[in-house]
Amino acid sequence: MEKFTRVTGVAVPLMRANIDTDVIVPAKRLVGHQRDELGGFAFEAHRYRPDRTDNPDFVLNQARYRGAKILVTGENFGCGSSRESAVWALAGFGFHCVIAPSFGDIFFNNAFQNGMLLVCMAKDEVERLAADVEGSVTPVMTVNLVSRAITAPSGAETPFEIDAERRQALLEGRDEIGMTLARDAEIRAFQACDRAVRPWIYRTAPQDTESA
Amino acid sequence: MQAQPRTLFDKVWSSHVVADLSGGVSLLAIDRHLLHDLEGGGSLRRIAGRGLKVHNPELTFGVPDHAVATAPDRRADSTPNSSRLLSEMKERSKESGVTYFDLGTEGHGIVHVIGPELGLSQPGMTIVCGDSHTCTHGGLGALAFGIGATEVMHVLATQTLRQTRPTTMRVTLDGRLAPSVAAKDVILATIGKIGAGAGRGHAVEFAGSAIREMSIDERLTVCNLSIELGAKIGMIAPDDTTISYLAGRPYAPQGELFDRACEHWRSLPSDDGARFDVEHRIDAAAIAPQVTWGTSPQDVIAVDQRIPDPAHESDPQRRRAMEAALAYMGLTPGQALEGTPVDWVFVGSCTNGRLSDIREAARVVAGRKVAPNVLAWVVPGSESTQRAAEREGLDKIFLSAGFEWRKSGCSMCAGINGDTVPPGQRSVSTTNRNFVGRQGPNARTHLASPAMAAAAAIAGCIADARKLV
Repeated sequence: MEKFTRVTGVAVPLMRANIDTDVIVPAKRLVGHQRDELGGFAFEAHRYRPDRTDNPDFVLNQARYRGAKILVTGENFGCGSSRESAVWALAGFGFHCVIAPSFGDIFFNNAFQNGMLLVCMAKDEVERLAADVEGSVTPVMTVNLVSRAITAPSGAETPFEIDAERRQALLEGRDEIGMTLARDAEIRAFQACDRAVRPWIYRTAPQDTESA
Repeated sequence: MQAQPRTLFDKVWSSHVVADLSGGVSLLAIDRHLLHDLEGGGSLRRIAGRGLKVHNPELTFGVPDHAVATAPDRRADSTPNSSRLLSEMKERSKESGVTYFDLGTEGHGIVHVIGPELGLSQPGMTIVCGDSHTCTHGGLGALAFGIGATEVMHVLATQTLRQTRPTTMRVTLDGRLAPSVAAKDVILATIGKIGAGAGRGHAVEFAGSAIREMSIDERLTVCNLSIELGAKIGMIAPDDTTISYLAGRPYAPQGELFDRACEHWRSLPSDDGARFDVEHRIDAAAIAPQVTWGTSPQDVIAVDQRIPDPAHESDPQRRRAMEAALAYMGLTPGQALEGTPVDWVFVGSCTNGRLSDIREAARVVAGRKVAPNVLAWVVPGSESTQRAAEREGLDKIFLSAGFEWRKSGCSMCAGINGDTVPPGQRSVSTTNRNFVGRQGPNARTHLASPAMAAAAAIAGCIADARKLV
């Protein structure tokens, strides 16, 4: 995983609650496309008109927000399906960071697994950031994971909280599978103990219930 | 000194902690890992590509469900996607020693239907799958949750996951359900009342007399929609109903081992006085049949209520969401939902594709005809559900009414296999998500129970099932 320290770039406000992962990338794009091809399908239902031209009413299509790297959005962002493609589509579109009052639980884990920073802030703070972006001439924002602070387009600084473990994993670009495999002796010891206590968990050959 | 009272969740979580990592993260042992066709084959390939082996193939089970065709004469190669995904998954499963339930065999079906049905899913287990509706298995008292593709790889390689411990919520549903009110109505009404984000960050336990009275099929439906409440984990304490459900299932323990397992399962329910971080109480007796009107499962009303008016909503974000939902759905504030013409009816999915669901729908359909403006499908949740329904003659009821009777799979719930609702058309569906584009681009989805979906098929419009039974 790539390391994440800070991102400076265009921020775009998409202030709706409950944006689900089907909206972030529709199910029909989950097969037949490589992970790095999904950016073109991010927010597909809202982004395009029926003739596949850009829908000018959708905020991500506005000229001032082209090339956006930071998404400022509503609560429960990424609710719904567990598809990690939602993260790949956002990353493919160019986003490195999403700021919202809250996120879907599964999406939250998936984003951090891919080096994408999710920042949780109080609803009024997110709304203030969105207003700052909307009111700016150049909607450029910096999210600094090292100093845990956001610099809004107006120059206003807002600190943010983040779980220490997740922050460290992003800063180091950790490979969790490798780290867990380093604990394999512990895992095997746990399983050996557990096998004595709950042997039925590990007996997984099917029983012939007809003749039993 | 008395030990601290613990919740069902606490007991299952703590007994699976391999190691406490820093920052409140635990390394959690996984008892069952279920794979489906979208990521199954690819994940096994990527693990092999890293030079790794599946850590515990005997705890890993795969079944193709999302991309498979559901036409009565379907084969693995019926669609180009399923052809490619299934052959890779089958081959890779064999190579890694993972059990694979192939199309047309007794074990085939939607992953969240076959887990309980085969007895693979049991109380007190940790169960994961790369699908958000894995919470379904919580209906048996398992700690089950959906994971992403990277986490799937992590489980394949290590049989563990790094997880932050969630907080706990209890939703207590007391009271006797009114006639024609189903488990689906109970959970939709709950989401409508407390919101689609209310469960975020929590493991939810559903409790109360209404839950205790439910069959396992009904409990699975309730837990299935936990994720639509925002909670990736939903659980119901195991009891006699759970134990008699599991007895004799092919992958459930047998004989002396079953007795030992039962003893463990009986120790799992939350202790008296156990503390939950959040508590909700809902009067289950007051719940009427539900139908969604918008594009979030929380956009739900009783079938005899009127569509709410965004003008009365004080939160501007919420008001905009309601307006957008109504525009997408082609509905007007203040309008009655009952009587709205529908084009499609879908009975199936991991929410409502089990035998009891099909029976409920058949009860409404028996002796009647599907309205001429409606295309109606039943897609059983599994091969064995289908066979059991056919033994009861339920397929005949649907076929003679004008329904299509299809083969098991996710079908129109996810729309990945090409089973979709055409743009602009309206469906009443027993599925779990009414999201924008979920059943196909610009498809308009109303979520409801099997009886309500069946009633809509017969009436040709959104109808009150209570008037038809």
